[in-house]
Amino acid sequence: MVRIIDRRFDSKNKSAVNRQRFMRRFRHQIRRAVSEAIQGRSIRDLDNGEQVSIPARDLSEPHFQHGRGGVREQVYAGNDQFSSGDHVRRPLEGGGGSGQGKASNEGEHEDDFVFQLSREEFLDLFFDDLALPNLVRTQLARITDYKTRRAGFTADGTPANINIVRSMRGALGRRLALGAPWAARLREVQRELEKLIAAEGEDGEGVQALREEITRLRARIEGIPFIDSFDLRYNNRVKVPIPSTSAVMFCVMDVSGSMDEEKKSIAKRFFMLLYLFLTRSYEHIDVVFIRHHTVAKEVDEDEFFHSRESGGTVVSSALNLMHEVIMDRYGGGQWNIYGAQASDGDNWDNDSPVCRQVLDGHILPWCQHFAYIEITPGEPQNLWREYERLLGSHRNFAMQRIETPADIYPVFRELFKKTLV
Amino acid sequence: MKKRAPSRRTPLPASSEWTLEAIDRYHEEIARVAAEFGLDTYPVQIEIITAEQMMDAYASVGMPVNYHHWSFGKQFLSTEKGYRRGQMGLAYEIVINSNPCIAYLMEENTLTMQGLVIAHAAYGHNSFFKGNYLFRTWTNADAIIDYLIFARNYIAECEERYGEEEVELLLDSCHALMNLGVDRYKRPPKLSLAKEKLRQREREEYLQGQVNELWRTLPVQEVQQDTGGRRRFPAEPEENLLYFIEKHAPLLEPWQREVVRIVRKIAQYFFPQRQTQVMNEGWASFWHYTLLNRLYDEGLLADSFMLEFLQSHTNVVYQPPYNSRWYGGINPYALGFAMWQDIRRICEEPTDEDRQWFPDIAGGNWLEVFDFAMRNFKDESFIAQYLSPKVMRDLRLFAVLDDEREDTLEISAIHDEGGYRRVRAMLSEQYNLGSREPNIQVWNVDLRGDRSLTLRHQQYQRRPLGDTTDEVMKHIARLWGFTVRLESVDEDGGVELLDEVRNEKRRNHNGD
Repeated sequence: MVRIIDRRFDSKNKSAVNRQRFMRRFRHQIRRAVSEAIQGRSIRDLDNGEQVSIPARDLSEPHFQHGRGGVREQVYAGNDQFSSGDHVRRPLEGGGGSGQGKASNEGEHEDDFVFQLSREEFLDLFFDDLALPNLVRTQLARITDYKTRRAGFTADGTPANINIVRSMRGALGRRLALGAPWAARLREVQRELEKLIAAEGEDGEGVQALREEITRLRARIEGIPFIDSFDLRYNNRVKVPIPSTSAVMFCVMDVSGSMDEEKKSIAKRFFMLLYLFLTRSYEHIDVVFIRHHTVAKEVDEDEFFHSRESGGTVVSSALNLMHEVIMDRYGGGQWNIYGAQASDGDNWDNDSPVCRQVLDGHILPWCQHFAYIEITPGEPQNLWREYERLLGSHRNFAMQRIETPADIYPVFRELFKKTLV
Repeated sequence: MKKRAPSRRTPLPASSEWTLEAIDRYHEEIARVAAEFGLDTYPVQIEIITAEQMMDAYASVGMPVNYHHWSFGKQFLSTEKGYRRGQMGLAYEIVINSNPCIAYLMEENTLTMQGLVIAHAAYGHNSFFKGNYLFRTWTNADAIIDYLIFARNYIAECEERYGEEEVELLLDSCHALMNLGVDRYKRPPKLSLAKEKLRQREREEYLQGQVNELWRTLPVQEVQQDTGGRRRFPAEPEENLLYFIEKHAPLLEPWQREVVRIVRKIAQYFFPQRQTQVMNEGWASFWHYTLLNRLYDEGLLADSFMLEFLQSHTNVVYQPPYNSRWYGGINPYALGFAMWQDIRRICEEPTDEDRQWFPDIAGGNWLEVFDFAMRNFKDESFIAQYLSPKVMRDLRLFAVLDDEREDTLEISAIHDEGGYRRVRAMLSEQYNLGSREPNIQVWNVDLRGDRSLTLRHQQYQRRPLGDTTDEVMKHIARLWGFTVRLESVDEDGGVELLDEVRNEKRRNHNGD
């Protein structure tokens, strides 16, 4: 008696729980390894899994075992040169060149335990205890967005939704069905009539009676209502709540002469990180790149990062452009708007108060979040001081100073630290 | 009744893709031949699984169900990594010592491999599980799956009630002592789900009562009894640490005792497997080789099948020499297969040497000799009894003496007339669990004083304990709840304190 069971379609991932337990238990070590990994790799491919190694010592499962030393007599296979009583140097094994040999059975290898984190796990660790600012609010608001979707036909509805083809088809069917017995009789009577006329002529006996019956039957058939309220069909539409999963991210960067390549690269990493963060919460993300010196311009990504300009700086030009773009393309409350501005803090003095006003009145009210980073090793500039005045009144505004690429990650965490909404 | 001529059977399918029907046919023929050889097996249940499911099975020590623990996750991650990068192939099969005997076949195997696995696992291992005395004594194939379900549910319940972390710490500690959780000399009672459930509550109360009895403020008459001299508790050293802790650890809650017991029972279930690796793998390899060759002789197997089969068979039973890159110790498949083949040869075509070494079996009925050997031995005794000079010569076995006090290694014996017995004795010793693992027993509990627990390590061949010792001691201290000491006794009887973990914490605080 044998039973053959095909289990291939049974649930997989029986070990998922154990895997999670493992991750939870070694959270600290794994997180440390992840931070190191991030420093080592380019921000561009942050969105991949990562091979993580943690010291095997940390996760050993100890048992009582013999250590090295003492007397040991072991049997080996494949004797090719020894006779009893020979003396040989340690180690016996590992004649195969490298000389390192495998440690004896008891000696545990002190290697690191290496394993692969999936992309999701990697990013989860990366974003651990970060939360999208004000996300909760948006999520709550989301449910009010509905979309109507066709869902077949129904027998009642508003006249505007009558589906004419369906209704008429139904009516025709009903008429055919109801009239069927009379129609059959009609054909029969007509055949009789023809026969009678052929046999006896137009004046034959009974012809008149048959004609009368035909008339009666026709009247009956015609008496069936052409269309009945029963026939009406309406297009059915149902309301489906749609999650609002679109976001637009504005990258605003100063490209004036004072922004050198290094500063730009810091800014770039910051934008990348923000973008990545948004991809965690939104299905679809538009990115708008606005660069500015004395005038602002909307550009594509390549130009944004790679072209160089010289000259002075008027930050408000960029903010005004951003406001225009929002009004133009991302208004109407359908979009979650995020702004990120990077600058070295240089601005034309008289422009800084204007910037604050534009942000205050025209941009922040529309944004889920707006982050400003100032990339400068020196003292804060006037733009920073103006922006500081916004902090108190706008919860969705944050600002930070960055000096080196190494500061990005902590700053990022600081910017998006979990805030209770 | 007309006897069917072998040639009249229809040959088995020879394609490399398998189908359920093909597996069924292979199984039918293999089962028939196995019965002709008189193999006594549990009913077979074949389950087809994917590579991923195979990794799941790996992670839970091959069992279809198990409780959750991070160490299984660790196992899974390392298996997965090895497999994904192609560093390591998965085993072709896993077979579970249960009734019915469950054999997993992996989806990716070719039809040939499926046939090989059915013969190897479903008939080789299966009959070994059913016949060998260790398995008969220590495991209960009817109940193991039920027991594992009980264990998983119980531990899940504990996690719900007392928190995952608490349970995890406890399991860590128990796992550290898993190898010391076995009664080597007593037969364990049968496991059964129904009984376990029924009696578990009862046991909790009883056990707690017992422990309290032990630590109660001592009544007068006991004090009087004790005046004669200091008694040790336990009176005899106890080798089963987990058992001792389950019964006597003063601060454990009833549920914690039950968890200790679960780990202990599962350790016991795997105990025979650790002791019969050579025999068991050799037995299964011998039978897949013999059964499939018989089918080939009957004209049922295609040549292409045999070529593929022989290739993988040869890989499995290959023994690399000591100086090869691939040398990883004695390959149990190679040694076991060689020995079983050799026993058959001794029965069927004995030489003078065999008559001298094995007068009892030389020229005997090989099937009877096989049955006896399979039922009544474990690796250690099997090698001591049956390893023949011919096998030692074929594998070119030699023994090396490594004394740390000497500068060089000494070749103490090789495969020659003067060395056979010594090599055999050494190899047998190598498979003796008692000398492979340190001998550590419960020596004393200071009942009158600080309740400290003293363990004694009996040194073997002057071998010291490894450097994980202090970690394990911390685990023991966590379970015991009071100070734990480890003493080492050398070969001259001198006692030395190796390690001491102080633990003054009381109930509610233990479990850091």
